[in-house]
Amino acid sequence: MKNIVVALTLTSALALSACQKKAPEVIPQAPQNVAPAPTPTPTPTPVSRVAQPGSQAHFSAEMSGADTIFFDTDKFDIDSEDAAALRRQAQYMLTYATSRATVEGHADERGTRDYNLALGERRANAAKNYLVSLGVAESRLRTVSYGEERPASMGSNEAAWAQNRRAVTVMME
Amino acid sequence: MNMRNLSVFAGVMMLLAFPAQAQDQLDPSLLDLPAVEAEFEDPESEGPLRGSVFADSWQDLGIAIPAFATNADVPTPANAQGTRALGLEISRIVHNNLRNNGLFRPVGPDALPRPDYPQITDPAWPVWQGRSAEMLVHGYVRARDDGRLTVGCYLYDVALRNELVREGWVVRPDEWRRAAHKCSDLVYSRLSGESPFFDSRIAYIAETGPKDARIKRLAIMDSDGANHRFITSGRSTALTPRYSPDYSQIAYLSYEDGNPRIYIYDIETRRQTLVTESTNPTFAPRWSPDGRFILYSMAIGGNTDIYRVPVAGGRSIRLTDTPGIDVGGSFSPDGSKIVFESDRSGSQQIYVMDADGQNQRRISFFGGRAGTPEWSPRGDQIAFTRIAGDFNIAVMTPQGRNMRVLTKAWHDEAPTWAPNGRIIQFFRTARGGGETSIWQVDLTGENERRLRTPVGASDPAWGPVLP
Repeated sequence: MKNIVVALTLTSALALSACQKKAPEVIPQAPQNVAPAPTPTPTPTPVSRVAQPGSQAHFSAEMSGADTIFFDTDKFDIDSEDAAALRRQAQYMLTYATSRATVEGHADERGTRDYNLALGERRANAAKNYLVSLGVAESRLRTVSYGEERPASMGSNEAAWAQNRRAVTVMME
Repeated sequence: MNMRNLSVFAGVMMLLAFPAQAQDQLDPSLLDLPAVEAEFEDPESEGPLRGSVFADSWQDLGIAIPAFATNADVPTPANAQGTRALGLEISRIVHNNLRNNGLFRPVGPDALPRPDYPQITDPAWPVWQGRSAEMLVHGYVRARDDGRLTVGCYLYDVALRNELVREGWVVRPDEWRRAAHKCSDLVYSRLSGESPFFDSRIAYIAETGPKDARIKRLAIMDSDGANHRFITSGRSTALTPRYSPDYSQIAYLSYEDGNPRIYIYDIETRRQTLVTESTNPTFAPRWSPDGRFILYSMAIGGNTDIYRVPVAGGRSIRLTDTPGIDVGGSFSPDGSKIVFESDRSGSQQIYVMDADGQNQRRISFFGGRAGTPEWSPRGDQIAFTRIAGDFNIAVMTPQGRNMRVLTKAWHDEAPTWAPNGRIIQFFRTARGGGETSIWQVDLTGENERRLRTPVGASDPAWGPVLP
C-alpha cells in the first residue's frame, strides 16, 4: 500500500513542482468563511470496494494523491491547491466520523537536520490546523515531523526536493 | 567503557626515576641503517609550507617516532604477542595521530630502527641526526605486578640533544590506547603550544541502508575511530547525539515511541529517560559546559522555541518566544551566553543571547543562510553551517565578524569542535545517494580529511578531553 501512496504522491508532485508560492509573514490563519463540507456521495473504486472505509488503504485510494500537500523551500503556507486537497481530506474524515489521522510533516534534504525537524512540524501543523478549520475535531488529528528523514523522492534535484517538501495525511488504524 | 572504569585510570604520573642503566655504547645494529625515506632525507622537497593558524616552522619538523621499547617482553591482555608488540602498536597510534591532524609530517615506527629499552632515556643521537630528524619521540611499555601497564613518553630535540618533555601513565590493559593518545597530546601540546585533544571521544550516528530506508544508530568511538561501539539497535531512528561533558551520558533524539523526543542515555546503566515529560516533540539537545543543564528545542502547535532544563530534574525555562523557528543552541565556554539559530528574520540566521534568554541579537549578516552554530571551547570562534547555494562549514567571531568558509563540498553540515578548539568535525552528504561521512578540518581549511567509520556516519559530537 505504501508504494501506491508514493506513486500517487509523485504524480501530483510533478504537476506542482513548477508552481511558485509566496512566503507568508506568519502562520496563516485558518480561513474564516469555509462552507461546511458537504456529505460526499462516495464513488467506489475497485480499490475502495475491497478496503475498509476509514482504513489507510481506503483513504489513500479515495484521495488519489490529495492525501499530500506540497510546500516551497522553507515555507509552510497553504495555497489554493493545498486547500483543495485538504478539503477532500476533511470531507473524508467527516464522512467516516470515527477515523483518526496523523499528519506527517517532511522537509527536503537541502536543510540542516534540526531546522528540518522544526520545519516538518510547522508544515504538519499548518495542514492539521486547516483540517480543524474545516470541522475535523482536533482530537482526531495528530502530527509528527520526520524532518528530512523520510524522503518520498530519492533524487538530489529541484524536482525531487519539491516532492519531499510535503505534509502527508495518514489514517491511523 | 564506563565512568567507573575511567576513574580507575591512574592519571598522570611523572616518572622521575627511569630504571634503566645508562648505556654509553650504541647498539651497533642501530648504526647499520637501512635506506632513509625520501621525505625524511629532504623535507624541503615536499613543496611549500601550507598556511596555518600555527604559522610556525615546527609544522615541517622532522619527527621520528620509532617503536616504544619494553624492559621485558611479557604477555599482556593488551596485545596477544606481548609488551614488545604493544610498544610497536602504541608508537603507530602516536604516529597516525600526529600525521592525521595534518600539522606534522612524522615518520613512524615501520620506517625506523627500533631502539632498545635503555636508549629510551639515552637516545642514539647520531642515528636520528643521520636521518635528519629534528624531533624524536621515544617511549616504553612496562608490565606491572598489579596487571596494569606503565607507558612512558619522551620528546627530544635531536639537534640540541636534550629532552623537551616526558610523562608516564599507568593504565589498565584494556585502556592502553589512551596512553598512546596521552603521548600524542603531550607531543602535540609541547610543539604547538595548543591544548591537547587526542584523548577524547566522539558520539555520532551510524547510517546504513538506502536513502528511502536509512537505518540510523547511535554509536561512539575514540577520537581516532578506535573502540567503536553501537549503542542503539537501529530499530528506531536516532539523531543528533551530544556527550555530557563528563562522558557519563548522551543526550540524543530517538523516534522510539513514534515521535521525535530527546532521551538522556546513561552509558553505565544503559538506561534512558526523557529530557522532559511532554507530548510535544523535542529535538536538538545541547549540554551546558558544566553538565548541569540541557538546552532543547520543543515545537508547540508548529512553533519551535528553545528551553533549558536542569539535568538533575526540575522545571524547564523557555528562553525564546518568537513565532519563528528558534532551534539548537550552544553555550559559550563560561556558560554565560548561548548562540542559536532562528528564522525570525525570514531565513535561518545566527543569534546570541544571555543564558537566561535576555538580550537576543542577530550576529550573522553576510548573505545566505546560517545555522547549527557551535561555540568553540576556546571561546574565540563560532562554527556554523553556511548555506549559500552549497552547504559549507564556516567560522566567525562571537561578534559575527571575520567569517571564513572552511570547506567546499556540496553539502557539509553540523560542525563540532575538538576539545582544544583548533579542529572541527562535521558530516558530508553525497549528492544523489545521500551517503554520509564524518570529516574534519583545521581552522585554515587546508587540512581536511575523512574519518574512517565502519559504515556511513553523520551528526558527530566531539566530547572534551577525557577526565
